[in-house]
Amino acid sequence: MNLLRRLGLALFAPVLAIVVALLISGVVISLIGQNPFDAVRVMFDFGDTPGQQTQGIVVVLNRAVPLFLAGLAVSVAFRMGLFNIGVEGQYRLATIMAAAVGAAVALPGPLHVLLIIVVAMAVGAIWAGIVAVLKVTRGVSEVISSIMLNFIALGIASFLLTGPLRGSPEGAQIITTTPIPESGWFPGLNGLLGALGLAQPRTQLYGFLVVAVVAGIVVSVLIKRTRFGFDLRASGLSPSAATASGVDARGMVIKTMLISGAIAGLIGLPDLLGDQHSYGTEFTAGLGFLGIAVALLGRNSPLGIAFGALLFGFLDRAAIPLQFADIPASVVTIIQGTIVLSVVVANEVSRRLTRRSAERGNAVAPPTAGDGSTGGGQGPDGGPPPDDGPGSGTGPGLRTATGAGGRSDHREGAGA
Amino acid sequence: MKAAALLLAGGMALSACASDETSGGTASSGSAGGSASAAALKVGLAYDTGGRGDNSFNDSAYLGMENAVNELGGELRDLTPNEDASNRPELLSQLAEQGFNPVIAVGFAYGDIIGDVASEFPDTTFAIVDSSGVGADGQPLGAGNVTGLQFAAEQGSFLAGVAAALKSTANHVGFVGGVETPLIQSFQAGFAAGAEAAKPGITVDVKYISPAGDFSGFADPARGQIVAQGIFDAGADIVYHAAGASGGGVFTAAAASGKRAIGVDSDQYETVDDPAQKAVIMTSMLKRVDNAVQGFITDFSEGSVTGGSDIVNDLSTEGVGLSYTGGFIDDIKGQIDEYATQITSGAITVPTAP
Repeated sequence: MNLLRRLGLALFAPVLAIVVALLISGVVISLIGQNPFDAVRVMFDFGDTPGQQTQGIVVVLNRAVPLFLAGLAVSVAFRMGLFNIGVEGQYRLATIMAAAVGAAVALPGPLHVLLIIVVAMAVGAIWAGIVAVLKVTRGVSEVISSIMLNFIALGIASFLLTGPLRGSPEGAQIITTTPIPESGWFPGLNGLLGALGLAQPRTQLYGFLVVAVVAGIVVSVLIKRTRFGFDLRASGLSPSAATASGVDARGMVIKTMLISGAIAGLIGLPDLLGDQHSYGTEFTAGLGFLGIAVALLGRNSPLGIAFGALLFGFLDRAAIPLQFADIPASVVTIIQGTIVLSVVVANEVSRRLTRRSAERGNAVAPPTAGDGSTGGGQGPDGGPPPDDGPGSGTGPGLRTATGAGGRSDHREGAGA
Repeated sequence: MKAAALLLAGGMALSACASDETSGGTASSGSAGGSASAAALKVGLAYDTGGRGDNSFNDSAYLGMENAVNELGGELRDLTPNEDASNRPELLSQLAEQGFNPVIAVGFAYGDIIGDVASEFPDTTFAIVDSSGVGADGQPLGAGNVTGLQFAAEQGSFLAGVAAALKSTANHVGFVGGVETPLIQSFQAGFAAGAEAAKPGITVDVKYISPAGDFSGFADPARGQIVAQGIFDAGADIVYHAAGASGGGVFTAAAASGKRAIGVDSDQYETVDDPAQKAVIMTSMLKRVDNAVQGFITDFSEGSVTGGSDIVNDLSTEGVGLSYTGGFIDDIKGQIDEYATQITSGAITVPTAP
């Protein structure tokens, strides 16, 4: 019963959000003189021939992969109450550096790809690390510094692209880096589609989908099943309580931002390794900001983010068929906007309901509320700390208490 | 309660955007002309970032397509890319797949993908505005079925530079570029050369809103205004912009400081609504995308498109030029025409890079 109730409350917010968003979008579509039901039918129409239908699926998935990685990067920081707005700059800088290194070396296939991935993750992590260092040593709000670092990252990327890393000839309209040789390409998954009995699409399904799934699982395990994850969630729910129980707050900020940045470094790679093979002036921008919306939509749980990314990918694909049906593409932007807005509102409503039911049920219900605005882990997996946490979680947490505390004290002493 | 208010406000704001959209959007659809006799001309067009309603580049392309279809009969379909323009290949592929022919891509940003799409649909005729139908290696793109519709923007900008220099009392003019790309640099190069030719030693301030790779500079009037204000404060009295929708900010800055500005692409004296902004637009450098698109569709319907080549619209074909609406530069028309003749005759070669 209790479990059922918790599940109901967890699903309540997203379902409410999507229903409200659909209602508002329906009203908007009617207001511009179109039939909302037609619009929905068009959005789900993936084409007439099997080839077109698989192509539709591939387009949705290829769009969802980078969005998922972006959402994942944002969510890791979110989980501990850090607002990493710098994902945009982190992935742009990481992608151009990865493209440059990938083009400069010649290695056998898998090693080449691996090197590019490692470079991208390292650059993303370092750029996010600056934010963390500024925060723990100087108390600079990560919101401010990460926004500012976005501008610096874009500036550096432009400088590198038009200067030392330029691969395009003089006078080219679109400036790109030197293309990565074929050994550094990530193979597509169209063979897999064929094995599943689907018709071949026009374009390749990004093989990076596999990396994204692995990244999602790793993050999920890291946050739910390790001591680090417990410390991270504890810091997100209540920084003071976490510090009091011996979590090294400064160390956590640095580690979390490094992980967030490393994941951010992957965002540009599906396009880079699967399609474009170089970074250029036309490289997809803005994925870092979309990632914030996707993380919000997925309530910071990897599974939820996957769902959010697929939803955004689906809506994005729908923009073209909608225009063929005389409905402006901005309808899609409107739907995306209303969904995000409704999610924020629904999270708040659900938070209040949870609190009320907790008050009514007194000691039984877990104190999962968190603060909905920053999205502190209140997803379906937000409960564990009080439930199954004690055995595995607090034990090691307490054991490190003195060590970590001593370390941070020492550092404070040195700073002063 | 708070939540309900937020929802309501959000909904209202969104519906406001949406109703704005319809005024321009609905006209873009359906078939014009409707003559059943036509051999079913189906023209597809994919816009550059921003899509319909920019009062400039994209709208000009639409106008050309609309005129052609009105004249020749048939059907038209225009598609706007998504916000980050990552679905460009899909736009072109789907138009071709749905049987639209010719398919016109508006903007050089399609340059790196149109070749792939064109090879996939060898029976469809493609055109690309502001880019080439021939690859960097000298080979025709796709299956030789891409035609480049190019503009000698530097020639028109040269005349804008001449007009600015002749009209400047401070002996100091300025240029605001949207994004520092080679295309916009050709506007800058032409403008600076023209100003220097008309008044040797004149100061030309050059500022870009965003660096290469960051396309926000074409759609950010607020930053356009700040950048232009900086140039005016430094002493310039006429600023030429090649910054798309950010140009509105340049006009605002000119109006605020009592100086003047030069528009771009369309005759912006006609397209701008605000009378205060209108008053500062001395002239506009016209880039007749509409003529080029209409001409291409007409050629296609007559079967005279060869593909794998470029059509360059310059001063000699009146593909670029200056507007005289408002009568601000009527008195120097003679001098401007003289420079134009020297350019078309080859006596003056206008640089394309600064």
